[in-house]
Formats: sequence, C-alpha cells, structure tokens
Amino acid sequence: MFESKSGILAIAGLGFFALAFVSNALLPALMYQDLPEQTVEEVVNANVLVQFEDLAKRFPDAFSEHYGEPTKEACAEALELGRKIYVGEGCWHCHSQFIRPVSNEDERWGPVAESWEYQNELQRPVLFGTRRVGPDLSREAGVRSNDWHAVHFYQPDMVSPNSPMPRYEWFFDESPDAPNKRGLAIITFVQWLGSWRGEYPSYDELPDMSVTELPPPPPQPAVQNGNAAGGNGDGGQANNN
Amino acid sequence: MTDDLRTDLLPAQDTLVDRKIVRWYFLAAITYLFISLVGGFLMALQLLNWNPHSNLEFASPGRWRMIHTNAIAYGFLANAFLGALHWAVPRLTLRPVASRMLSYAIFCAWQVVVVATAVGLVLGEAQALEWGETPVWIDPVALLGLLLVAINFMTPIVKAKGPLYVTLWYFMAAFVWTFLTYAMGNFVPEYWLSGSSAGAVGGLFIHDLVGLFVTPLGWGLMYYFVPIMLSRPIWSHGLSLIGFWGLAFFYPLNGIHHFLYTPIPMFLQYGAVIATVAVELVVTTVIINFFATLWGRGREFWDNIPIRWFYTGMVFYFLTCLQCALQVTLTFQALIHFTDWVVGHAHLVMFGVFSLWLLGMMTYLFPRLLGVEWYSRRLLEWHFWLSAIGILVMASDLILGGVLQGYWWASLEPWETSVDGSYPFWLVRVFAGVVIVAGQICFVYNLAKTYGLARKAGTLSSAAANEATA
Repeated sequence: MFESKSGILAIAGLGFFALAFVSNALLPALMYQDLPEQTVEEVVNANVLVQFEDLAKRFPDAFSEHYGEPTKEACAEALELGRKIYVGEGCWHCHSQFIRPVSNEDERWGPVAESWEYQNELQRPVLFGTRRVGPDLSREAGVRSNDWHAVHFYQPDMVSPNSPMPRYEWFFDESPDAPNKRGLAIITFVQWLGSWRGEYPSYDELPDMSVTELPPPPPQPAVQNGNAAGGNGDGGQANNN
Repeated sequence: MTDDLRTDLLPAQDTLVDRKIVRWYFLAAITYLFISLVGGFLMALQLLNWNPHSNLEFASPGRWRMIHTNAIAYGFLANAFLGALHWAVPRLTLRPVASRMLSYAIFCAWQVVVVATAVGLVLGEAQALEWGETPVWIDPVALLGLLLVAINFMTPIVKAKGPLYVTLWYFMAAFVWTFLTYAMGNFVPEYWLSGSSAGAVGGLFIHDLVGLFVTPLGWGLMYYFVPIMLSRPIWSHGLSLIGFWGLAFFYPLNGIHHFLYTPIPMFLQYGAVIATVAVELVVTTVIINFFATLWGRGREFWDNIPIRWFYTGMVFYFLTCLQCALQVTLTFQALIHFTDWVVGHAHLVMFGVFSLWLLGMMTYLFPRLLGVEWYSRRLLEWHFWLSAIGILVMASDLILGGVLQGYWWASLEPWETSVDGSYPFWLVRVFAGVVIVAGQICFVYNLAKTYGLARKAGTLSSAAANEATA
C-alpha cells in the first residue's frame, strides 16, 4: 500500500488532500454559513456615502463626468473599481486588512477584526494581506480627508515624509487636485475600509483644525500640516500613528 | 548508475529522453528567472525611494512585485521542473513520455500561460490570491496545462513494472496535488466562498503551492540525482517512507498558519500550528537520510559542484523548516507576522532551496544535454558562491530586520520609525540581490559559451549528444 501506485494516488494524492480541504476549508465555511454574504450595494453605508458626496463636492467636474450623481449605485460602482485597483496595483502586498488581538494593534488602529466584517463580495478573495510595509488599512475610513488621500496617492512623501510608497500619477489628470475615475474609486474604497463599524472616527467630528486656529506646530508632523490640501486633513493623525 | 548496469538490456537513450525539450524548458526557465529578478529589484529600489520609473504605470513596483513572485513560481520553477521531469521520468520508468508532440504542445501552452500572466499583471488585472495573482481568465488554461502534464508523465509511470522508486512516489502525488491545489486556490475563494473561510482556502493555497507542488518535485529529483551522482543508494528506505508519508499527511494541514490571529476559528489555527511542527520532525528524518547517504564522502561536497548545490539547498531547507517550526508558534507570530522576517523566509525557501537545487540540476545536465563539458569551471564556482552567499545575506538581513520591525510596531512607536529603521536592511537586501544577479550572469555567460562549444563540436542534435556522452 505504502509503495503502490494506487496507494500513493488514492491515499496520499486524493485522500490526504481531501482531508485537509474538509478540515481546513469546508469546516470554517460551514461555521460561517449563517453569516450571509453581503453584496456590494449592501455594504454601501451612510459613512462611506458622506465621503462619496464629499468627493462630488471637491472634484465636481471629474466626479460628474465619471459617476454622475453621488448615489448609492454610483458608490457601489466606485467601490468595485476601487477594489480592482487595490488588487491590481498590489496595495494588498504592503497593507494588511486585519487587526490582530496581539502586539498592541488595537491600540494603534482600533477594534480587533471580526468575521462578519469580511463576509461580503468585496472580500472575494479576502484581502487579509500578509505583509505590512505601510500600516493596516482596515480602520482607515474617515481617519483622513479625501484631499489628504488625493495628495498621498499622487505623491506619498508630500504628506508622509520618507514614505516608500510608490506614486500613482495615473490616478490623476496631471495634478493631485484632479483625480480621474480611478483616483475617485480608490479614494472611495479606502474611505470604505472600516466605515461599517460603530466606532467610525470621522475627522469632521474631531476638533476643528482649520488654519486660523492651528496650535503652535507640533514637532513631529510639521510637514504633514504644511502640505495637506484642505485645512482639517490630518485631524486623525494621532489616532493612526 | 543504472546506465552502467546491463546497458544492453536498456532502451537506447534517444528513444527515452528528448534532450531538446529539456533544453527548451531550461532556457525558458532561465529567461523568467531574470524577469523575476527585475521585478524584485524594482520593488527593492522602491523601498529605498530609488525607483527610476516612478511615473510609469506599467513599471509600477506594486505590479512588478507580483511578476517577481509569479515569474519565479510559474516561469522559473515550473519550467525547470518540467525540464528535469522530461529527463528523470523516462529514465526511471524506461519508457518515453506519452507523446513528444504533447510535450511540445504543453511547452508552448505553458509559455503562453506565463507570458499572459505577466502581461495581465502589468495591465493591473491581478487576482487577489497571493502566489496565484494570475488573472482569472488564464486560470482555466493553466489548469488544462497541468492536466496534460499529468497525463504526459503518468502514462510511462503507470506502465512501469516492478517496485516504484521513491522519486516516482513524489512525482505521482505531485501531479495529483498540483492540479487540485491550483483548482482549489483559484476557483473556491473567487467563485464560492468569501471572507474568513476564503482566507482559510487562500492560506491552504499559498502553502500547498510550496508544499504539494514545489516540495515533492524537488525532493523527488533529489532522491533521483543524489544516489546517481554519489553512486550509492539512499541510506535508509524506511526513512524515505517516513519522509514521503509524513509530508503527504501533515503538509496539507498547514495552510491556516499563514493567517494566525485572523477571524478564522482559533481551534483550526491551533491545528495548523501543530501540523507545522510535525512537518519539521518529518523534514528532520529526510535530512538525516540524505546526510547519512553522503556520510564518508564529504569530499564530494567540494569536488562535485552539483552535489554542492544540492546539499547547500538541503542545509537551507533544514534551516527554513526549523525557522518555520518556531515562527508558526503564536508567541513568535505575534512579533514577526507581517514583517520582513516572513519575506526572508520566503526567499530562503524559493531561492535558497528550490532554485539552488534546480540550478544544480542544470549544472549537472547541460553538459549531458549539449554533449560538451562546461566552458569554464571557474564560472560555475562563481555562480555557486555568489548565489549561495547572496541568498544567505539577503535572508539573514530580512529576518533580522523583521524582528526589529515587530518590536517597533508592538512598542507603538510612530509608523515612520519602523520604515526609517528598515532602511539599512532594505539597502543590504538590494546589494545581496546584486550579488545574486551577478552569479546568474556568470551562469548565462558560461552557458552561452558552452552552447558555442557544442555548436562547434556539432553535438547539438540529440543523436550526436548521445554519442558524445555515451
């Protein structure tokens, strides 16, 4: 049996593979079968719609050209395209999307990841990620303004000094204040990550940081303040560093 | 060894092995090795902010990082394995593959798959499956190719009479596993499952691709080449049995260890951890078996360059598996997951073990495929030492950097601290990469010159090469 063709093909080849598939894949699938998978339309929530409307206000020409009105359907479309870009550009190879219950990760980013958060079409295949060159993004929604993200995608080290993140100029028509269809989509996608949680840290609700009321420049994020377009862009900084 | 015994009873070389297809596979493999190295460099330079093409969409390091991994897995390793299989399977079974036409058809189809993958990735069409970013529209073609590969090689194996040698156990299992793994990983999380259970399947896929495709083919070829080159049998048949069946049972159960501390049920994570430690025990028996085979003939390590490639790879294999047994514990995971430690580990496995083995096989086989000796032994030495030292430095550097990253993160330092602190490690990694590339350039130059010698000697045709090496 241990050296025969049929033994090797049937037991080692098929049998052990099947055992692993049943115990390591079917079992969790069965455990989660009561957790319905949400469609893209279903995961569009009020928080991300606020951001989507904000994009429509900030970049009216590009927005109306590519998405028309900031409706739920248009937002779903942007999320789908945003996910495709997130995958295609390899964002998920440098940014994870799950908070672990160890290594002080809940202190840094927020609540530990839970299963229900991943049970939707935009996590097909799931975007847990396996490497963090940059920070985890699963609690990124609402932490920074759309302007911050636009500048950051255009040239990351303008708002995040020494950032090794590549530039994504092809998300824009020539300048960081002119995101194109892809730029609007990826910003929407990033603003969606974690927007489903109750503890949504909208920067709008954080203390007003407009230019006139700025406290004396703090020593550390000086460059960030100087370059972020829009006055209250980096309000959530403390939360995220 | 077998060739020297009763050669009058054996079928002629040429009816068994088609040297041309082996050469074609090896040349394709070397081409993709260089493409993979380019991708690795783009990403490594980006981390230093030295990216020379920062505003070129199709040269974006994020996309080329995926070409880096896919070109090494499907371009280099798969092609080199297929070439080596075309050499080993007919000689072990004393029967040619099912069809030479089929071999060439598979060769062409596989190159289409790899090139289409690269083009798809450059265009931003990746699938969100690590090590399987091949765009979804290529997946069915690749799967068909794997099925044909299995048919082509299983035909002579099924016809073979008498007891099967260890190598063929590994090959047979690998043909079944590779097909199933590819189908499972590419289709289940894309079309059927989502969320955490899809993550479990993704983990299985990452792991099975290494453990059930690359590992069994690699070890199968080691069981084939090492006894032939040392002219002595493997030390213990019993340990060979333990090694094979231990790998077959425990390896597939490891998958979830790639996603520890995720929302995947905790008892499944514990199971994967235990299975991983079990794999390390099995690996130890295999390593003991191979070093006992070498015992008393240590001189071969220095004199016989392919043996040196093989045994260096085995030392790295033992180290990487030992590392695996440690890093898979939850204590270690808390610190090193998401860091460069894992990147160092992956490089040690894919280059330090399997690429070293395949480069060693090429070093052994090219003179037999071309009918002439290597142009320069000195360049072979350079190729070996630059590759081995390069990967050792790169892996150690990334592993150490990973530990520091883990501590910076846990200490709640600002994120930039870990990025700035990683800079020296990323710098060393680039130079280690340069060393590795320099080694491969020595190899390619040596190979081109050797081809020139073969052309002059007129041994390029299969029959002529046969006479020259008879």
